[in-house]
Amino acid sequence: MSLEWIVKIATRYWPMFLRGAGVTLYISIIGTVMGFIIGIIVGVIRTIPIPDKLYKKIILKSINAVLTTYVEVFRGTPMIVQAMVIYYGTIMTFGIDVNRMFAGIFIVSINTGAYMAEIVRGGIISVDKGQFEAAHAIGMNHFQTMAYVVLPQAIRNILPATGNEFVINIKDTSVLNVISVTELYFQTSSVAGINFRFFEAFFIASVIYFIMTFTVTRILRYIEKKLDGPENYTMYTEHLAEETAETAGRQI
Amino acid sequence: MEKIIEVQHLSKSFGTNEVLKDINFSVSKGEVVCIIGSSGSGKSTLLRCINLLEKPSGGNILYKGVNILDDKHDIFAYRTKMGMVFQQFNLFNNHNVLGNCMVGQIKVLKRSKEEARRIAMNYLKVVGMDQYVNAKPKQLSGGQKQRVAIARALSMEPDVMLFDEPTSALDPEMVGEVLKVMKKLAEAGLTMLIVTHEMEFAREVADRVVFMDKGVIEEEGPPEQIFNNPVKERTREFLKRTLEKM
Ligand SMILES: Nc1ncnc2c1ncn2[C@@H]1O[C@H](COP(=O)(O)OP(=O)(O)O)[C@@H](O)[C@H]1O
Ligand SMILES: [Mg+2]
Repeated sequence: MSLEWIVKIATRYWPMFLRGAGVTLYISIIGTVMGFIIGIIVGVIRTIPIPDKLYKKIILKSINAVLTTYVEVFRGTPMIVQAMVIYYGTIMTFGIDVNRMFAGIFIVSINTGAYMAEIVRGGIISVDKGQFEAAHAIGMNHFQTMAYVVLPQAIRNILPATGNEFVINIKDTSVLNVISVTELYFQTSSVAGINFRFFEAFFIASVIYFIMTFTVTRILRYIEKKLDGPENYTMYTEHLAEETAETAGRQI
Repeated sequence: MEKIIEVQHLSKSFGTNEVLKDINFSVSKGEVVCIIGSSGSGKSTLLRCINLLEKPSGGNILYKGVNILDDKHDIFAYRTKMGMVFQQFNLFNNHNVLGNCMVGQIKVLKRSKEEARRIAMNYLKVVGMDQYVNAKPKQLSGGQKQRVAIARALSMEPDVMLFDEPTSALDPEMVGEVLKVMKKLAEAGLTMLIVTHEMEFAREVADRVVFMDKGVIEEEGPPEQIFNNPVKERTREFLKRTLEKM
């Protein structure tokens, strides 16, 4: 019976499932973080106001064209295809065997980066124009404006979308099995192959995937709430002076 | 008197819409100049040109005798010399009150945290908001926000304060607290350029009043002249209309 087999496979092969889940989480976390960083950098560059000087204008437009191409290409092709092209392309071009794990992280990162770039740009644009103006008015340049005023607000706004990307990555790293990265899907296939018990093995995998995505979603929701801070403020009194000044300092 | 800002033949167009036409005027050290005029006459645009939030289409803006529209001029350093207060406050939402007054000092002026804090607390006291250092902008009333915005601008220790209708977005009962602060600053000898619809305030505080109409300076002079004996017909019409509403 199936249930028996599920228990049997789970008890016998749990180390393989666990290792697979570990790799999946590892690649998803690093891929999401890297993708987030790429997205921020691309988003910030793409919102630089067009300069007056001709040569600066040309440089900026060229960079933007490259970035737009990157975003469009990686959003417009499936990650499973990107994995094949990048992995085998690198081997063919350089004639070296690429570390599969590294290749997997690389692919997830730039793929996530392409999506995050658009999300970040949307987040930046959604920040009130008055925030930019006030920052410019006290003498901040584009990067200072971004770093100390706009991005903190934009990031807060795009946190749900970023969490969503993370969840998607947990699920989509499964495509990396095509380049034999030993993530959860790959491991499950191996287990299934040993016993010819496909339903049972993949049933276990689906439970593990769900536990991972569900937990991550809850954690992110909690972090969002924390970031919104307390509803009330404390009035400034002398004994609070030090603490207050310190918090303000840390904020900046 | 030393001229801090001198605007010469300034013009500004948005597309084909010529919003400012051949504007000439200056602000001297310690002077309080109020700009009045009906909505859409170009008052905000003029102020925004002066701190380069808008790029003028023509003319010169001299700051202490130096043309800031010159390519080589450092506009970021220049902007720290122009404190700007907006109609919509525009406090940084990601900072608390103290942070709003410190971030520019630390990141732009490169002051130490201790110095920035001391200066910020000093100006927050001036505007009566020193008890609210921990509050986030969304926890404050409009009048409180605007007073913090004034403290933020003052914390940069600018040469000139620019106010763009600082009380227009406020509930009537909060207008007074902001005007009181501004009056205090005027009395302290700060150089101020104020776009306002508060005629009583302008009459009382201004050294000079500039009346703008359809992108030109129609008339300027001491408040007694503008409010009691305006020379131009348009000025008279505008004041009649405005005072009737009050
Ligand atoms: N960014 C802009 N783009 C196009 N037109 C603008 C812009 N800003 C202002 N204007 C136009 O310039 C004119 C003057 O506006 P403004 O300076 O805001 O007047 P005021 O502050 O006296 O009410 C208006 O007709 C307005 O529509
Ligand atoms: Mg205006």
